[in-house]
Amino acid sequence: MAIATVALDTGGSEAVAPFVPEGFTLPVLVDAGHETVEHLGFVNVPMAVWIDEEGRIARPAHAAHVERSPLRDLPEPEGEDRISRMLRQVKRIPDRGDDYPEEVRDWARRGPDSPFAVAPEEVAAASRPVGRAEAEAAACFELGQRRWGRGDREGARRWWRRAHELDPSSWSYKRQAWSLESTAEGELTDLIQAPTEAYGTGWLEEVERTGAEHYYPT
Amino acid sequence: MLLEHLVVPVEDFEAGTGWHVQDRGLCRGDACVPLPAGAAEGGQVDVAMVAAAAGMALVEDEDDGVWALGSRAGGHALEGADLPDLVLPDLDGNPFRLSALHGRKALLVAWASW
Repeated sequence: MAIATVALDTGGSEAVAPFVPEGFTLPVLVDAGHETVEHLGFVNVPMAVWIDEEGRIARPAHAAHVERSPLRDLPEPEGEDRISRMLRQVKRIPDRGDDYPEEVRDWARRGPDSPFAVAPEEVAAASRPVGRAEAEAAACFELGQRRWGRGDREGARRWWRRAHELDPSSWSYKRQAWSLESTAEGELTDLIQAPTEAYGTGWLEEVERTGAEHYYPT
Repeated sequence: MLLEHLVVPVEDFEAGTGWHVQDRGLCRGDACVPLPAGAAEGGQVDVAMVAAAAGMALVEDEDDGVWALGSRAGGHALEGADLPDLVLPDLDGNPFRLSALHGRKALLVAWASW
């Protein structure tokens, strides 16, 4: 079985390279334009698709945790501070890390007979529905990407805000845009994607608004 | 797909969108959309006509005179089981066709620095 990775990063290979471990031998593709959101449905990370020997998708985009996050098993924090509220949301995000590696192994062994594989005629319907808003959001994100690439940050933000409004379920568009901003409080709050002037809300507000259970499409 | 002109060569349109101009219309995977006369002629695609016929999002950045063409509304991210033939650069900038993953089972995993 082959494994390839694709990094969704506006900053391109410069942004990606520092996160690739030394000696890493799997292909690392760089999707600076977030094309795989539109074409494969990678609306968050980590997600994956399975591809069979014939080049057909055997399972459309799905959450692909290879291990259970230890954060999910922490005691429920009670505070109203940002970190406590974030941890409460993190615990509500569906985590299939305990089961997913075995699902991949099962498909590797049994191919289309695996209950985790999707029949070719059902793949399209099992992939992400794209309505007018989602289609337009992809176009807006691309226009923002173009402006960001030439250093027009405010121009990029205008298009990205529009993409976020149109397609709030695409975490890739939101998390990417937030990561390029700085909060007034400094580096720690940047890391937890606290609200910024550019976007008004941050990770916590958006997860609370849209529901942690929708963080990955099912 | 970004566009500086709304009339583009068929091969550019096909490479940028994954949709192919065929006799029966505009096709990708299992989906085919009929095209009106004049939408794709003489090796050129009239993007505005095609977008309207196929329900694709066409958004203009007026200050820049640039358009972005998004997906077809009313469908799904995938129009069939065939893997979209995307070409993405690897870390060294070399183009990598997803179709190079054919031949054995493959797991394509998305991640990010953010």
